Amino acid sequence: MNPTLQTLAVTLGILFTLLHVAAVLIWVERRLLALLQDRLGPNRAGPLGLFIIVADVIKIFTKEDWIPPFADRPLYVIAPAIILLTALVGFTIVPVGPGMVVLDLNIGILFFLAFSSLGIYSTVLAGWASNSKYALIGGLRMAAQMFSYEVFMGLSLMGVVILAGSLNLSEIVEAQRGMWFVLPQFLGFVIFLLAGLAETHRLPFDLPEAESELVAGFHTEYSSMKFGIFFVGEYIGLTLIAAMIVTLFFGGWLGPAWIPAPLVFCFKTFAFILFFILMRAAIPRPRFDQMLSWGWKYLLPLALINLIATGALVLIRAD
Amino acid sequence: MTVAFYITAAIALLTTMRVVTHTNAVHALLYFVISLLSVALMFYLIGAPFVAALEVIIYAGAIMVLFLFVIMMLNVGEEHARQERDWLSRRFWAGPGVLCAALLAITAWVIIETAHPSVGHEVVGARDVGASLFGPYLIAVQLAALLLLGGLVGASHLRRHDRRTPLRTDGGKGGES
Repeated sequence: MNPTLQTLAVTLGILFTLLHVAAVLIWVERRLLALLQDRLGPNRAGPLGLFIIVADVIKIFTKEDWIPPFADRPLYVIAPAIILLTALVGFTIVPVGPGMVVLDLNIGILFFLAFSSLGIYSTVLAGWASNSKYALIGGLRMAAQMFSYEVFMGLSLMGVVILAGSLNLSEIVEAQRGMWFVLPQFLGFVIFLLAGLAETHRLPFDLPEAESELVAGFHTEYSSMKFGIFFVGEYIGLTLIAAMIVTLFFGGWLGPAWIPAPLVFCFKTFAFILFFILMRAAIPRPRFDQMLSWGWKYLLPLALINLIATGALVLIRAD
Repeated sequence: MTVAFYITAAIALLTTMRVVTHTNAVHALLYFVISLLSVALMFYLIGAPFVAALEVIIYAGAIMVLFLFVIMMLNVGEEHARQERDWLSRRFWAGPGVLCAALLAITAWVIIETAHPSVGHEVVGARDVGASLFGPYLIAVQLAALLLLGGLVGASHLRRHDRRTPLRTDGGKGGES
């Protein structure tokens, strides 16, 4: 096939799948949470309650799109767009199959880290531009949480980079043919998982929106589709973290030869999304100071030790 | 490529001007972020993708968020914007403005005089940057680390509670309430 056409097909395919996954997750999360909490969840509309997605979308589109008069108007409008944009752009470097990647960058991991760190502006600016107390506290928490957890998010990945000898994600996947990196890099995996949860501000790390303390945190003032975009952006961010975990630690598209590679990748990614939803149901939210001190006092030193040990072992084995 | 470089450079210049002239602290900071992003793009265009990525991760993604955090904590409002407007009167910025214009003119002259301005000759990858940082420039890395350690110790010292005096929980108002 023509290379330009192939890139176009891959791009559109990933975008199509991603937006549908974000939509279906509305239903999956609610049904699964209900199951785990011993109730039924939305099961009335359509088969298995699947039409709840359509109902939700219609509801969110027809609600009043209100901009508070005291808000900083331009920033208030831009903020939701940033989270969606950065999450989608971050996805361009994820290889879903051999050669099936939108942007085969030789600094793939750094590209991902750059865009995930730019994504913070969305929530922080939303909190500031809303010009209300709860939103501001939510935004402040997000900023503090992000630059605490981002530090070792990058460090936890460097073990994988040392083992694979590359920052290119396709090469990292190829390097896992013998063994998935989750085994030699288990510590790095756990640290990246926690940092990823903090990055997507999902429960148990959803302190920026902690509804029992802050009403809805940074998006308290948002309504209608602007709120909807935050929602979709959060789901796409969640999918991105799951896809990165699969790519870096669980062999990406590698799997049994008789299953198409993109399907293997989707299956693994979905398993991690389900795991994230399970975490939400199982673990309570920590206090904010507890969360920050865990990050700085335990996870950061552990990530450093992991990096030094991996480097030393690779050097010893190279001799 | 050259056209892209000049467009990016123009964006960087414009946004940096706005950082200085804007009266709203948060808006000025956002212009600063855009300025940093365009500098990152310029690095990428002249063949330094690794430095470009670090520019975004460290400056735009971490340090600017820290700045934003501090501005949000201080919660500067309309009053501060008024004060900024007062400070931006002509007699304050005329002197620095003329000096900066002279510097810009000299820079432009040097670039024009140079026969072969070296832009985008070779791509410097992550491995090369790492090898030179931990090879010939190791002493600079160590000095930077020492400097950061000094900052860290200082911050830790400032934050330290004096255990003999109990923490005040009334926001420093004394027994007023």
